[in-house]
Amino acid sequence: MAGKEEGQTGRIQLLLVDDEEGFVNVVAKRMAKRGIDATKSYGGSESIQALRKQEFDVAVLDLKMEDMDGIEVLKIFKKMDPEMPVIMLTGHGSEQAAKEGMEYGAFDYLTKPCRLEELIEKIREAVAKE
Amino acid sequence: MVLIVIIVSFTPMILVGGVIYDQFHESYHEKVYAHLEVLVKKHKQNIDAFLKEKLSDIRFFSAAFNFQELSNEAFLEEKLLTLREEYNEVFEDLGVVNDQGIQTAYAGPFKLVKADYSEADWFKRAVKSEYFISDVFLGLRGMPHFIVAVRRTWEGKHWILRATINFMAFNSIVENLRIGKTGIAFILNREGQFQTKLHSGIVSTEGCVNFLRSLKRNGDKIHIIEKCADSGKATIYVTAFLKGGDWLLIYKQDRLDAFSDLKHSQMTAILIFIIGGLCIITMAIVLSRGMVSRMANADQEKEMMNQQVIETGKLASIGQLAAGIAHEINNPVAIMVEEAGWIQDLLEEEDLKETENLNEFQRALKQINTQGKRCKEITHKLLSFARKTDSTVHDVHINEMIEDVVGLSAQSASYSKVVIDTKIQKDMPSVRMSQTEMQQVLLNLINNALDAMNKKGGTIDISSWSENKHVIIEVSDDGPGIPGANLARIFDPFFTTKPVGKGTGLGLSICYGIIKRMNGEIDVNSVVDKGTTFRIRIPLS
Repeated sequence: MAGKEEGQTGRIQLLLVDDEEGFVNVVAKRMAKRGIDATKSYGGSESIQALRKQEFDVAVLDLKMEDMDGIEVLKIFKKMDPEMPVIMLTGHGSEQAAKEGMEYGAFDYLTKPCRLEELIEKIREAVAKE
Repeated sequence: MVLIVIIVSFTPMILVGGVIYDQFHESYHEKVYAHLEVLVKKHKQNIDAFLKEKLSDIRFFSAAFNFQELSNEAFLEEKLLTLREEYNEVFEDLGVVNDQGIQTAYAGPFKLVKADYSEADWFKRAVKSEYFISDVFLGLRGMPHFIVAVRRTWEGKHWILRATINFMAFNSIVENLRIGKTGIAFILNREGQFQTKLHSGIVSTEGCVNFLRSLKRNGDKIHIIEKCADSGKATIYVTAFLKGGDWLLIYKQDRLDAFSDLKHSQMTAILIFIIGGLCIITMAIVLSRGMVSRMANADQEKEMMNQQVIETGKLASIGQLAAGIAHEINNPVAIMVEEAGWIQDLLEEEDLKETENLNEFQRALKQINTQGKRCKEITHKLLSFARKTDSTVHDVHINEMIEDVVGLSAQSASYSKVVIDTKIQKDMPSVRMSQTEMQQVLLNLINNALDAMNKKGGTIDISSWSENKHVIIEVSDDGPGIPGANLARIFDPFFTTKPVGKGTGLGLSICYGIIKRMNGEIDVNSVVDKGTTFRIRIPLS
């Protein structure tokens, strides 16, 4: 597993997990402009593969995906890298699932659709705490 | 239904009442007859005993003293005094009559010495038997009396010791039997002549004479018959023979009088029957009407509940559908907004800053962002309708919550020139509910009222109180009111009267959903040009 690169480049290494390709692509591009290198994962299993290859400063994980349940992915993340903060994205009205995620060690959650600035702020907060 | 209840109630009552009445009537008759029989028998024995006693007295004198002694008037006077002292003037006089019918000695109030009885009926009969009691007759003195006579023999010739019995004394003994108002006793002889005082109620004694003749004159037999008297009234006659069958003791009483107690019982029973019957009929009518009205109410309530179930089901399915749509729309909206953001990022780059239409691009992107946010709000509201964000339940102080909401709305109210008044009941119990959900409901109602008043000003009254284990919250405004056509659809999702873009039509649907989840009720009353009142009713437990 590759080491964290933030220290070397000053950029935050983010694992962005969502089965909505359009969302992942555009958010990754916008984050790149704001000093965050987002590794795009279009599903739960793909994100696990990505985490195996590389360590990340932080992960943004959608809780509702077609291939895997977000909570299950979170549990695996926490086993693979307990130190990595995970910010969950949840649909409006699915806060219960997000609260459950908090119990499994997620850093925080945001309700979709959220403002990019809000998400980036949360990411920076998580990295700073880490 | 009333008729069936009446028939079912009356039939057993009439049957049981009829049987009891018949039995009672029969046994009461028997009892009255038996009673009368005993009384008359006893009375007959009394009268017979009286006559025998008087006869025995005379027989004693005739046996104890001879003709010569008794022919001495002073001696006879002395004996009469003795008898009168003994029997309280029952004996009127004493006389000694020779075999020619001439009264040879007399003691008494009349001047009857040497009176000739040779042609008198009583003498003719008395001389033929050892002792004799005559019928009542007027005689020489012209007053009703009867004679008790004993025949003796002195020196080969018959002589008779006779005594006159005071008619009034005898009459009072006979009439001593008085029962009820009409019960009287009297005596007739074989010819139907009264042996006691004449009774005004008895015009003819012919029937009695026939009856007297038709009977065998055997001693103690008591006869009871019922027949119409001369007055036309049903009358009971109880008869017994006296004086060896010469006289007939008759006890007569109006049937109604004899059975007056029975009549009284009958009247009481009929009165109870009528009152009972009226009660049954009244109860049957009242109960039947009550049941019919209850059934009608139950049907109406059932109909309303069915309507509510259908309405709730409709809202629930719309809610689920809305939630699904909201989830599905959220992602494309998020992508759309982010793509717009990305274009904005790109526009920041220098070469594009020179573009002629930069401002137009930025305006369009801003508009995409704004509309994206609107979509987000809509989806949030849709999801709230199906499931509220924070539904954590805890004890909520209703009054504090109302004050909070009023505080939140104060600014927008003053902007709309609206005054919010609160009338809250002190010491309201706390209710287990989601505070944010309830706040959302109240805010929604207040905002709707403010919108309705359209900055023209007015008053919003918020009242709260508790009754029958429920908390009631009322939000009333004096705005333009809701037309009847819209009132029925007011809780339907997406129903709005606000201009396009101003309202989603979900506010009241969300309120409805929230209150229903609390097992409460929300309803609305509105009068056009008067105002609208929303009433929320939430159970305390």
